[in-house]
Amino acid sequence: MNILVVLKMVPDVVEELEIAADGKALDAALLRMILNERDNHALEAALLLKEKHGGKVTVLGLEAPEMDDMLFTALAKGVDRAVKVTGMEPGLSTRAAAACLAAVIQQAGMWPADLVLTGVQAIDDLDGLAAPLLAQRLGAPYAGIVTRIEPNSTGTAATVVKEYPSGVHGEFEITLPAVLGIQAAEKPPRYVPVAKVRAAMKSQKIENVAAPAAEAGPVLVEVLRLEKPQPTTHAEMLEGSPEDLAGKLCEILAGRGLL
Amino acid sequence: MAQATHQSSAATCELSLDNLMLTTEGRAVLSCIQCGTCAGTCPYGEVMDFPPRRIIGMLRAGLLEEVYTSDSLLSCVACYSCKAKCPRHIDLTGVLLPLVKEQVLTHRPEMPSELQKALENMHRYGNPMGESPRKRANWVKTAGVPVRVFSEDWRPADVLWIVECYTSYYPRGQDNTRATAKIFQALGVDFAILGNEEKCAGECGRLSWESGLFSTLMEYNMGVFAKYKFNRIVTSEPHAYDAFKHRYPAIGFNYQLEHTTPFLARHLGRLKPLLRKKLGYTVTYHDSCCLGRHNSFYEEPRALLGAIPGIKLVEMTHNRINTLCCGGGGGGMWLDTYYKTKGYERLSEKRVKEAAATGADVLAISCPYEVFRFEDAVKVLGYEKKMVVRDIVELLAEAMEV
Amino acid sequence: MKGNLWVLAEQWRGQLSEITFELMALGRELAEQLGVPFEAVLFGHNAKELAGQLGVADKVLYVDHALLKEPSPETYAQALEQLVKAKQPGAVLVPLTNVMMDVAALAPARLGAAFVNWCKGALVSEGKLQASAVLYGGKIEALVRVEAEPAVLGILPGVRPAEKGRKEKAVPVEEAGVTLETPRVRLNKYVEPEAGDVDITQQEVLVSVGRGIQTQNNIELAQELAEALGGAVSGSRPVIDQGWLPQSRQVGKSGASVKPKLYLALGISGAPEHVEGMKNAALIVAINTDPHAPIFNVAHYGAAMDMFDLLPRLTEEIKKRQVSRVT
Repeated sequence: MNILVVLKMVPDVVEELEIAADGKALDAALLRMILNERDNHALEAALLLKEKHGGKVTVLGLEAPEMDDMLFTALAKGVDRAVKVTGMEPGLSTRAAAACLAAVIQQAGMWPADLVLTGVQAIDDLDGLAAPLLAQRLGAPYAGIVTRIEPNSTGTAATVVKEYPSGVHGEFEITLPAVLGIQAAEKPPRYVPVAKVRAAMKSQKIENVAAPAAEAGPVLVEVLRLEKPQPTTHAEMLEGSPEDLAGKLCEILAGRGLL
Repeated sequence: MAQATHQSSAATCELSLDNLMLTTEGRAVLSCIQCGTCAGTCPYGEVMDFPPRRIIGMLRAGLLEEVYTSDSLLSCVACYSCKAKCPRHIDLTGVLLPLVKEQVLTHRPEMPSELQKALENMHRYGNPMGESPRKRANWVKTAGVPVRVFSEDWRPADVLWIVECYTSYYPRGQDNTRATAKIFQALGVDFAILGNEEKCAGECGRLSWESGLFSTLMEYNMGVFAKYKFNRIVTSEPHAYDAFKHRYPAIGFNYQLEHTTPFLARHLGRLKPLLRKKLGYTVTYHDSCCLGRHNSFYEEPRALLGAIPGIKLVEMTHNRINTLCCGGGGGGMWLDTYYKTKGYERLSEKRVKEAAATGADVLAISCPYEVFRFEDAVKVLGYEKKMVVRDIVELLAEAMEV
Repeated sequence: MKGNLWVLAEQWRGQLSEITFELMALGRELAEQLGVPFEAVLFGHNAKELAGQLGVADKVLYVDHALLKEPSPETYAQALEQLVKAKQPGAVLVPLTNVMMDVAALAPARLGAAFVNWCKGALVSEGKLQASAVLYGGKIEALVRVEAEPAVLGILPGVRPAEKGRKEKAVPVEEAGVTLETPRVRLNKYVEPEAGDVDITQQEVLVSVGRGIQTQNNIELAQELAEALGGAVSGSRPVIDQGWLPQSRQVGKSGASVKPKLYLALGISGAPEHVEGMKNAALIVAINTDPHAPIFNVAHYGAAMDMFDLLPRLTEEIKKRQVSRVT
């Protein structure tokens, strides 16, 4: 199987997020980037498919802080090829990034593939989701919130499982090549020792590909401002020692007929 | 009695299971006489398929692959019992076991997710909890005494105080840190901390499988130390003490080094008059694996406790070199869920039962892992009314009324 | 905005879901402010009678097709694309749930149209639609203005009370036709979750644990409390992902929506995906060491303390009061 995995770096919310002076973007000085969690699952799903069915896995991502580390980590985990797109405008929206990636995929010999896997969504997806946008540009079918992928014996289609509310799952049949938005791999993303990543940095290479010229087009969605949410309601906070609190809570529960 | 003094001269990171004959430590491993004392003294010896003796046996028979794919090593909590009792003085805990564990990490199809997460967090955030590095020094605001941070004020200090992770981030760990800061202040210690520049010393990452992670942290920490001027390093964390004392010299660490307990014991002359309040506690002291068994600091904590007015010291059956591990080392801190699925008794519960049997109302400790593990065990065993867990520095601060 | 305002109804397994009516309420408001007709779009097969529930709209556009019986990303997006091209609405509000999320994102991709994700609110300003989008797991809100028609807005649950969007009223239904290609994505079947465990949606009391529970061991403490209160233990996604509780106990977007009399949130931060599943509980009490945890914005009572300090005492206190009640 020939699998392409698209990775994206997003702001790490372990750090406090601050808004830049112009009010329309995050303050980059305080940002730390982390791999989109769902993309990590997409990578794991690809590696599991490779282990089970053989083939090749290529990872692709737009240049970003710590993206090199992620690409080397992917190589250490066992992907065959890592490609980084350079030279784009900084701060591309999801929609613009997808256009750029699709062009690179088609022009840099990564298409056709059997599967394109990427996380179903990322925390900064304001104006689109990457997977459906890529699917549209590549002319491939799309399914999202995928938790399991089972290719058929001829590689012409796959059964995918989609997550629904209340623990219900939907089994879909999708023709290949396809683009899938991954919610979870069948196993948690594997660990790779730091020593292996460092070895990959010494012995393996990331291919750099120049981004194509950005598409011209009207602004469809204009960001007016970012703000930190102001909660409209807040809980009545109870104070005191654990004993005090146990007592107060019991009073509240008794008052509601719950005791 | 086997003394636990230990100077490692070889760069442990370069040692490998393939070239044991080329180093002193490696040749020591190969001199094993297969007596089985290690397995007998191991806290999880009954459940370990491959205690050190068998590992060496498998190594000699060329069957080490089988050890790599077993989950036996997941039960090693790096307590140094095997090393301390080995009649050949082989550094099993510091040399052999980490080498094997590292292979297990890459050979086993799946590792417990808690452990994985802790290692990833250590690499990314410099602490196993996954907290923001920028919050590491937040405790300073609640210290109650001035605490100098080197990055803000880089004048030389006498002491670089390495606070470490659990003591920086977790509320109960911060109790220890605040008490220590107050004691330093009262003693007039000229100290500064690294604040948000501090990262985990990496010992537990190293002892639990990850030499690459350890190298990264070690290189980083040496880089930060080099930025500032100080005479000595004092750390609250016995695992960090181990790392600095036994591993960091391989890349040039040569600062004077102490753990807070022996440091304070050294200052007992000036400390004792400040211990004003009488604490009417019966205290039993738990010797920690790193500070005690591995580095032989047995009498210093007892001297400190003995100096507190009103305290009655009672000993547990297993004390000093025979102490029972709390189960937190070698990655054990992040393997409780795994142990539960295997049905193992938690070592911390075993130890707390022993402490309660002495009739003590305070279990005194000197390693930050222990306060979490033992308080948890106290709750699980329902001993809250019987016994509390206190770090020595908390008791000292209480007696000093700071 | 010149075109009509549409809501795409969420029809799943033969029923219109609650979020549909939340969007109907919002759609009605926006359409009135914009001075444009408000239409509900319904896809299905032999599902025309559902249209009667969409009386809040001026008209229902109903598309009947065998391939539209159940939501499927490609066929639904294709059908919406065709309808939009034919009728040129100004904006389409689409629910953001596991059922409709794919469609919400794929349709604008096919149309090359504007899309705003994670809308927690929308308003009209100077004749244009503006929306408030929730980003970065709820930490930042982005206020955006839609500059092009047609636009698709993905709307989060809870934007308006569902009652405001319900009206059983005779509403004109226009049947529209679409030509659907042989789908490349086809639904085979739904698989129900494993039965045999507690149904948390039927519990009156839920003691729910999040990351703050720290280890699987500690869930026992929550279990004891739940038993003392006559309820059950549930959890947020991270706890289920770790395998510490079965999937049947998950509360939130991919789990269950619960409305117990008491929802006790222990060590749960209150991420939007979780809050979605429990915000309608009658009494919500949250315990979290972080006083700024978003859960405190949805809870009725809260305490910024370590749950491990509180839990045993609370369980004990409850048992004491129950004993004294019996005697």
